[in-house]
Amino acid sequence: MFNFSNNPRAWIVRLLFAAMAVVLIFRLFNLQVWDDKYKILADDQAIFRKVIYPARGSIVDRNGKPMLYNNVTFDLVVTPSRITKDMDTVTFCGIMGITPADFIKELNKVLVKNGKQKPGVYKGELSKELNARLQENMYLFPGFELVERSMRSYPESAGALMLGYLSEVTPAMLENSRFSSYRQGDYVGMSGLENVYEEELRGTRGVQYLVRDVMNRPRDAYKNGDMDTAAIGGKELELYVDAELQAYGEKLMSGKIGSAIAIDPRTGGILAMVSAPSFDPNLLTGAEKGKHFGELNKMATKPLLNYATQAFYPPGSTFKPITGLVGLDVGAITPAFGYPCFGGYYACGKRVGCTHSGHGHAANLKVALANSCNAYFCDVFRKIVDLPKFGGVHKGLSAWYEYMEHFGFGKPLGVDISSEGGGNIPDTNYFNRTYNGNWNSCNMSIIGMGQGEVTVTPLQLANAMCMIANKGYFYTPHLVRSIGGDPKHPKLKKYLEKHQTTHIPTEYYQAVIDGMEMVVTNGTGKVAQLPGIAVSAKTGTVENYALLFGKKTKLDNHSVFVCFAPKDNPKIAIAVVVQNAGYGATWAGPVASLMMEKYLTDSVKRKPLEEKMFNANLVKKYTYTIDSLQRIKDRLRWEMKMADKESQAAMMKRGDTLLVNTMLERFYRLKK
Amino acid sequence: MPTHRKPVLARIDWPTLLLVLSLITVGIMAVYTSEYTSFSEPFFNMEKSHMKQLMWLCISCFIGFIILFTDSKVFYSLSNLSYVFGIFLLLITFVIGGEVKGSHSFIKFGSFTFQPGEACKIFTALALARFLSAQDTKFNTLKDRLIATAIVMIPCVLIILQNETGLALVYFAFFLPMYREGLPNSILIVGISGVGLFLSSLLIERLPLFIGITVIALLCVWLLWRQIKKQRIVIIFIVGGWLIAVTFSQLIVPYIFKNVFKGYQVERIYSMLGQDVPLEFQKPGEAAKKDADYNVRQSKIAIGSGGLAGKGIMNGTQTKYSFVPEQHTDFVFCGIGEQFGFIGSMMLVLLYLTLLLRIVVLAERQRSVFSRVYCYCVASILFFHFAINLSMTMGLAPVIGITLPMLSYGGTSLLSFSVLIFIMLRLDADRHILIR
Repeated sequence: MFNFSNNPRAWIVRLLFAAMAVVLIFRLFNLQVWDDKYKILADDQAIFRKVIYPARGSIVDRNGKPMLYNNVTFDLVVTPSRITKDMDTVTFCGIMGITPADFIKELNKVLVKNGKQKPGVYKGELSKELNARLQENMYLFPGFELVERSMRSYPESAGALMLGYLSEVTPAMLENSRFSSYRQGDYVGMSGLENVYEEELRGTRGVQYLVRDVMNRPRDAYKNGDMDTAAIGGKELELYVDAELQAYGEKLMSGKIGSAIAIDPRTGGILAMVSAPSFDPNLLTGAEKGKHFGELNKMATKPLLNYATQAFYPPGSTFKPITGLVGLDVGAITPAFGYPCFGGYYACGKRVGCTHSGHGHAANLKVALANSCNAYFCDVFRKIVDLPKFGGVHKGLSAWYEYMEHFGFGKPLGVDISSEGGGNIPDTNYFNRTYNGNWNSCNMSIIGMGQGEVTVTPLQLANAMCMIANKGYFYTPHLVRSIGGDPKHPKLKKYLEKHQTTHIPTEYYQAVIDGMEMVVTNGTGKVAQLPGIAVSAKTGTVENYALLFGKKTKLDNHSVFVCFAPKDNPKIAIAVVVQNAGYGATWAGPVASLMMEKYLTDSVKRKPLEEKMFNANLVKKYTYTIDSLQRIKDRLRWEMKMADKESQAAMMKRGDTLLVNTMLERFYRLKK
Repeated sequence: MPTHRKPVLARIDWPTLLLVLSLITVGIMAVYTSEYTSFSEPFFNMEKSHMKQLMWLCISCFIGFIILFTDSKVFYSLSNLSYVFGIFLLLITFVIGGEVKGSHSFIKFGSFTFQPGEACKIFTALALARFLSAQDTKFNTLKDRLIATAIVMIPCVLIILQNETGLALVYFAFFLPMYREGLPNSILIVGISGVGLFLSSLLIERLPLFIGITVIALLCVWLLWRQIKKQRIVIIFIVGGWLIAVTFSQLIVPYIFKNVFKGYQVERIYSMLGQDVPLEFQKPGEAAKKDADYNVRQSKIAIGSGGLAGKGIMNGTQTKYSFVPEQHTDFVFCGIGEQFGFIGSMMLVLLYLTLLLRIVVLAERQRSVFSRVYCYCVASILFFHFAINLSMTMGLAPVIGITLPMLSYGGTSLLSFSVLIFIMLRLDADRHILIR
C-alpha cells in the first residue's frame, strides 16, 4: 500500500501532518498533565465554597415557651479580590440607593477591615426587598455573595439583658483564643446568656461545595456533595425563667429604676430577673442595631446596666433577718431577747432613729422583725462583734465576715450571666484603714440594720432569702435548667452543687422565718398578704446619698422588699429594689407580692394595686441631673487622661519643648 | 468484473467515510455535552444545537448520496464554471450581503444564512485541480505558477475585503497541493519558517529561542554534512539563515514592538495569541491590561483542568457552565479536553491524523492528476482547519475564528466539508479512470 509513490514530496506532506499532530499532543501534555495551574484556576472559577451557618440554638422558658425565635436574614458579603471589571456598579448603586462614590467608600472600609482576600460583610441584615432585588441581579456583581444568617426576634419583648444580644465579632475578640474559630463577619453573643452559652448555642458550621456558572450563579453540588460537611444546629437552652412572670415583672417595674428577682429556692433557678428600666430586645437586632445601642447607652436611666446583678445597694432593713440569724447562732441573743427601744439607739452617743417608739415593739426577735426596730438590730450587731468568746472586736468582725461569705455576700455568686457584681462586706482591713486601726463596734453598729458600708446586689439579697427559706442551704442562682435537654451538662455542674451554709440549727431559722411571717401578718409588710398562703417577708427603706456639686446630698430612700412563700414549703423567693421610691412597703412590696401572686396562683386578683404599679412613674428628676454630671465628670477624666498621655508622648520626643509646654498647660488647666 | 464496473458504493473508500462519520459523532456528542444542563431535559429537542446538527448530518448525507451517484466527469467539466459562479457569489455578497458579527460575508435567505466563502473553497479546489491537470499546463514555468496562485488568491482577497480574515487564511492551504505538484521547496520552507519564527519570537523568551535556533542550525549542519563537503556554499546558507533568524527574533521584533507599534497594537497582537503583554513591551503611561483574550484564557483553563483522564462525560465544570464562549462552535475542543482529558484529546488528534494520512494515500493512488490535486486540496484544507483551530484553543495561534472540521456546530460548515469529502470519495471511486 505504501509503495505506490516515488514522489518524496508526498512524504514531506505526511511528515508535516504528523509533525503538527506531535506539536499539538506535546502542547496538550503540557497543558493537561504537566501544568497544574489550570486545574487550580478552574476550581477557583467554578467551585464555590459555601459556608452553611447552623441555626443558633433557641432559648425556651420553664414551660417550653420560646423566649426568642430565629429569623433568617441575609448579609451581603464581598471578597474585594474577586471583583472584576464585569462588576455592574451602576445597577448595584441603583439597588442599594447609593452613589458610586459611596460604593467606593464602603468597599474601602471592608478592604481596610479585613483585606483583599477575605470575605467581609458589606452590608449586614438586609431587608427583605433589598435581598430579593439583589438575589435577582447577583450575577452582575462578581465578588459579592449573599450569606444566610439567623437573626433573633423576641415575641415577648422581655428579658433583654438576661438573654443578651448578638453582634458581629470584633477584631479585638478575634485575637482572643476563645474566638479563634470565628471569622470576620460571624455573629457572636455579646452579653447575657448568648455570651455565656455561646459555645453551646452556636452549633457547628457546615461547608457545601457548589459548582457555579459563568454568571456566578451556584448550580450543582460538587462531586455530588461528597466533600460537604453538614451544619450542626446549636443546642437549645431551657431556662428556669417563667416567660410570663418575666414579662409581668417588667411591666410592674415600668417607670421605675431598680430590679426584681424571683428564685426557686429548691433549685436556685431564677424565675424572673427584671432590670428596670427594661427595653425591647428587638431593638438590638436588625440594621438599626448600632443606632439603638447608642441611644440606650446615652439614656440617664442606664437601661443597659443590669440592676439585678450589677447595681449595689445597702440592703437596709432587709438585712435584719441576717443579723438576727447570726446573733442567734453565735449565742449573742436568744429568740426571746428584747431591747427597750424608745424611738432610737443612743448607746453609741449619736442617735440612730427608729420609726417606732411604743413600748414593747422590740420585746423579742419576732416582734422586732415585724416592727423593723433599728435600735434592736444595732444592738444585736454590736453584741455579735463584741461577744466575749471571740475576744475583741477585730476577731468578732472576722467571725461575722465569715458568716457573710457563707451567705453569698461580698463576692459575685457566679450566676450564668457575665459581669456580675459582688457588693461589699467590710472586713477588719477596711476599718483599720479608715480608722487607723483604732475602732470599736460603735463605728459600725448601723451595719446591723443594713446601712453603712455593707452593700449587696439584689441577686445576693434574693439568694439570702433562698437560704433562709431552705433553712440553711442554697444553690447558686442560675438561669439555665438544661442544655440541649441535658440537665447534667458540664457547664451546669456547678449549679447542681448544694451550698450548705454554716451549721446553724433549724430552730434559729424557724425563729427568723416566724419573725418574717409576722412582718406580713401584723408588721410593716401587710401589703404582701396573700389569702391562703403563708408569706414571710421583710421590708426595707434604704437611706442613700449622692455627691452633688461636691456636697453629700441625701436622696429619696430606696424601696426594698424581700419575701418568700409558702412559708413552710417555699417555692419562690423574691427580692425587689425600687430606687429612690420611698418606703419598702409602698413600692417594692406590691411588686414582690404581685409577682408572687402571679407565680403561685396564676392570676392576680388585686387589680387596682396592679394598675397603680403599672402606671407609677418613680424616676426622679435628679436622676437626669446626676447622670449628666457624671457624664461631664467622666468626659473630663477621659480628657485629662488623654492630655496626660499626649504630654507624655510629647516629652518622649526630646527637644520638642514648645509642644511639651502646650500640653502641660492644657493638663493643668483641665486639672483645675 | 473490472473494478470500475462494480457499483459505486462498493468502490468508495469506506475507511475514510467511517473516519469522517466517527468524527461527526464525536462532534455531536461534544455539542450535546456543552449544552447539557441536567438529565431532565429531553435529548430529542429540536431547539437544541445537537439536534440541529443531527439534522444537518442527514441533509449532508443526502447530498452526499446525490454526489456519489453523479458521474465523476461532471465535477471536472463543471469545475471552471463553478469557480466563476463562486467568484460571482462573492462579488454579489458585497451588494446584497448581510452583516454578522462585523463580517460582511453572509447572504441571507430568510432565517437561513449562507457564507459564499465557505462554498468557494470547494470550487477553488476543483478549479485548481483542473488547471494543474490540464495538458497544456507546465507547472515549472513562472507563468503557470502565477496563474495557479491567482486562482487561489482571488477568492482569498475578496474574502479579506469582506472582513473574514480567518476564512481567507484557509486559502493559503492550497499552496500545499501546489507544492506537491512542483512548487520549489524553498518557498514552502521559507514561508513556514518565517511565520514560525515570528510567532515563536513573540511566544518564547529570547534566550531559549536563541538556543533553539542554534540547535536547529547545528542539526542542519549535521544532516547536510555530506552536501556541505561537496558544496561549501551550503554552510554559508545555513550560517546566513541562522544569522537572519537570530537578528530577526532577537533584535528586529523587539525593536518593532518597543519603538514602532503603538501600545494598543502590541496589545492586540498579544491578545490574539492569548498572552499577556510582556513587561518590556508595555508602554509607559499606558495602563497595563491584565487580562489577555478572555476566550483563550478560559479555553486553556478548560482544557488544562481536564488532566490526564478528564473529569468524565457531563462533568466538565468549565464547559457545562459556559465559562468558555463559543464552546460549541470554534471552541468545541474545550469540552473534549475537559471531559476526556489528555488521553481523549490525544485520541482525537490521532483520529484526525489518521484521516489526513488516509486522504494522502487516496491522493497518491489516483490515476488522474485532477483527482490527485483535488484530494490534496481536501487534505490541506482539513489540515489547516484542524491545526489552526486546535492551536488557537490551546493558545498557540491567534484566535481567527475558524471551525474544527466535522466537530464544530454549524450547518454550512458541516455541509461544505461533507460535500468536499463526498466529491473526493466519488473521484476516488473512479481512480482507475483518467478523468479529464
